[in-house]
Amino acid sequence: MKVAVITFPGSNCDSDAISVMRVMLGLDTKAVWHKEARLPDQVRLVIIPGGFSYGDALRSGAIARFSPIMADIKRFADAGGLVIGICNGFQILLESGLLPGAMLQNASQKFVCRMVQVEAVSNTTPFTSDYQRHEWLRIPVAHHEGRYHADEETYRQLQRDDRIAFRYGCRDNPNGSLGDVAGIVNAQRNVLGMMPHPERAVESLLGSDDGLRLFRSAVRFAKSREG
Amino acid sequence: MMGCGCLGPRSALPNHEKVKSPVDNAKVDFEAAVDHGLSEGEWNKVLSSLGRTPTWSELGVISVMWSEHCSYKSSRVHLRKFPTEAPWVLQGPGENAGVIDIGDGLAACFKMESHNHPSFIEPYQGAATGVGGIMRDIFTMGARPVANLNSLRFGRPEAPRMRFLLEGVVAGIANYGNCMGVPTVGGEVAFDEQYDGNILVNAFTLGVMPSSRIFRSGATGSGNPVMYVGSKTGRDGIHGATMASEEFGDNDDAKRPRVQVGDPFTEKKLLEACLELMKEDAVLAIQDMGAAGLTSSTCEMAAKGGSGIEIDVTKVPQRELGMTPYEILLSESQERMLMVVKPGAEARVTEIFTKWDLDAAVIGLVTNSGQVVVREGDQEVVRLPTELLVDDAPKYDRPTRRPNLEQVWHQLPQLSDLRAEGTTSAEARLLRLLARPTIASKRWVFEQYDWSVRTSTVRGPGEADAAVIRLPNVQSEPNPHTCRGLAMTVDMNARFVHLDPRRGAYLGVLEAARNLVCVGARPMALTDCLNFGNPEKPEVMWSLVEAIEGMSQACRDLDTPVVSGNVSLYNETNGRAILPTPTVGMVGLVDDVTKSPGMAFQREGDEVLLLGEPADAVLGGSELVLMEAGGLLGQPAEPNIDRARRLHTTVLEAIRSGYISSAHDAAEGGLLVAIAESVVNGRIGAKLGLPFEVSLASLFGEGASIILVSTSHGESVRTLAETHGCPVYNLGVVGGQALVVDQLCEVRVEILANVWEDGLRQAFDLSRT
Repeated sequence: MKVAVITFPGSNCDSDAISVMRVMLGLDTKAVWHKEARLPDQVRLVIIPGGFSYGDALRSGAIARFSPIMADIKRFADAGGLVIGICNGFQILLESGLLPGAMLQNASQKFVCRMVQVEAVSNTTPFTSDYQRHEWLRIPVAHHEGRYHADEETYRQLQRDDRIAFRYGCRDNPNGSLGDVAGIVNAQRNVLGMMPHPERAVESLLGSDDGLRLFRSAVRFAKSREG
Repeated sequence: MMGCGCLGPRSALPNHEKVKSPVDNAKVDFEAAVDHGLSEGEWNKVLSSLGRTPTWSELGVISVMWSEHCSYKSSRVHLRKFPTEAPWVLQGPGENAGVIDIGDGLAACFKMESHNHPSFIEPYQGAATGVGGIMRDIFTMGARPVANLNSLRFGRPEAPRMRFLLEGVVAGIANYGNCMGVPTVGGEVAFDEQYDGNILVNAFTLGVMPSSRIFRSGATGSGNPVMYVGSKTGRDGIHGATMASEEFGDNDDAKRPRVQVGDPFTEKKLLEACLELMKEDAVLAIQDMGAAGLTSSTCEMAAKGGSGIEIDVTKVPQRELGMTPYEILLSESQERMLMVVKPGAEARVTEIFTKWDLDAAVIGLVTNSGQVVVREGDQEVVRLPTELLVDDAPKYDRPTRRPNLEQVWHQLPQLSDLRAEGTTSAEARLLRLLARPTIASKRWVFEQYDWSVRTSTVRGPGEADAAVIRLPNVQSEPNPHTCRGLAMTVDMNARFVHLDPRRGAYLGVLEAARNLVCVGARPMALTDCLNFGNPEKPEVMWSLVEAIEGMSQACRDLDTPVVSGNVSLYNETNGRAILPTPTVGMVGLVDDVTKSPGMAFQREGDEVLLLGEPADAVLGGSELVLMEAGGLLGQPAEPNIDRARRLHTTVLEAIRSGYISSAHDAAEGGLLVAIAESVVNGRIGAKLGLPFEVSLASLFGEGASIILVSTSHGESVRTLAETHGCPVYNLGVVGGQALVVDQLCEVRVEILANVWEDGLRQAFDLSRT
């Protein structure tokens, strides 16, 4: 299988994601430029990395959703392909309608970068099956617009369908998100968006390796479907 | 040394209201020259060198190239005193940044630069463009920026606009660095009333590149195309370099239009496009357009190459209509580069920059005329000898006068007794010191910076005495396969420099080295930002010269050459200068980052040892004296290089051997504050006694070469210290819920932590994040 990491102008976590997939997990990982019309063949996992696509002009992710590659990512996701959007990648997934809800500026109105406590709420997704339900993880955040918001009905549905993948510890919510939401999956459970950066939590030397299992879990799932 | 600098005397300031709307046929005479900041002597030099009156555009070019900022005319004769060579130095001062060999085919490229004047006027954009400018210097050399640090100075919380300045500067640095995807891994922030009228924003960037592929700026090869890449040129920042060479008065709002506006998104694209292009065999020379924009990049590239350059301003991509050659030449629009490319490579250059939605245009060519020629279509508007603009620019050996320092040295007040009860007990003093903005936690600041992007930050801000990153691979990608790393610190205790410039500057370099040693790094080289007041005042000039002497001596003693730097003068408002602040950014190599200790106590039962001689600390210039006597008084400690060397060797060996759980040097606030910082960062107490003569100076004094360590290998560390002749004192053990220092204090960890964590926020009434 192959992994695709998308680079938009302004992406800046692409090389970190590539390093995890290629160097740490030994996977054939392609850097894909946003102007490409199609994902490479045999891609089974797409990562939309963090950064400031288009300089966050208008709203985070608001312009990146129009990039040519996004149409193919949508097709890929509709066919059940695994997509992980991290930070700006999450924002892009919201803007493109692959995930429900919207992102607001942090309650502090300031950029925040720190290690936070994150609860693996649901472990019935392809991305979180290596975590215990309600396991506490340490994963860093780094964002200015990370306050997840959704209307009441959408939020109830997310809860009802066990689609909230991650929550911040209630006293460690860095942005004031609704219900301390840190990450969600779509109804088909194959698209994950999250604000914390699991690709920055893959080595205890750098503070935590709790994020590594997320990628391992996704890769195992993708490989199993490949037969 | 070059890049973003400063300009002329107050008396000879460019009159910006008059030069606001220049036309090329405007009358050029002595009055116009004075409005452009030239002195009478300089004007006469222009006339005699050219043998004619310059054109309006030529006057603009000469005035910026001869500004303090670009020419270093007040400091050049003294900067030569810095030692700049060592076997590992691949590029010393004179290019966009310095470069050192760090092994494994890699080189580290780094520099620090000031953006003081713009940041005081418009803190957000001023600080942002400072960060943008220094990063451009680094990737111009072919290196990918992998770490940012910054050294900031602000005035008192109650000074006008100070909270606005603090919030704006931090947000500006954060926005630019974060967007670029370059982690801000460390820095320092200090406060003093002498920065009430002039804050300091010094930005440091380090990049990594293959040591075999360094790009330089000398334009050579007559006929080679000169290309402009990046953003379009607008009218912003015209005469920014001149502003950076002035004192401030009361009506500086008028200067706001001269502050450039940063666009980190464009710079991120410029970075990627440049590095993509540099992988190919196309770029012969490259120079970023920083201060004085197209003018200085053109002149400097020609001067470095011993060649000439001819450009046509009508070919320059422009975002405003009707710009004159004068405006195009002097614009300081950001995110632009000038390069000399191989003939035939133009199309490939354009292709790569177009991919990144950036402009690229051939605007001229290299000549062998020794002249910088600027045309507007068919009409020639500038023809100046390169030498006159760069090498023959004025330089001054300005008069110096030593002030009566003895007067303040001898004014050290009698502070109340150490064993006193109540508000002057050691415990009360410790708590008050921990809440001082200079000492208190800077979490509010550094949590706004992305310090974890690039997955290489081993020791981030607030964690250790220096930042530590793991080295990337030769493609500059994160590299989990190596244990080698780089440590970086920015430092300078300006209070010491104020009281004794030579000694203070020496102590500052020594402390930077000690910070690196605390994380297990061997100090390699440094960059500096010399922030001073008006050099035409003999006492200011004296402090600059003395500081350079002190730094030079320390650099020789530590074998850490100066490889790049920047000078910022005229940091004065209404005649009041800042504390002389020769900030140092030092870089060291770490063989094994997995052993780099932080400052926090780690484990219950670890022994706490003090290495070095606490009796070397003195109260002169200390935070305690400032707090209790309300001024900068006394004389700083006398540096002892022999003791410092023994200390450094001992600590480096102990870390390499894996003995050290934590290491922290005693700086502002002295030993007791250092102990408290190790306690609060580890959220674990300690039970200590002090087996040496306890005095105010040994507890709260500063300037000594001492390092506090915790270890589970106490005996081995003591043996090492004895082997190297380094004094060692057993203070006690880590553990418990309180910091207990025999007969001096007993405070719960959470109380210490609350005071220290809240100090800055409370002083400035900052919102919680």
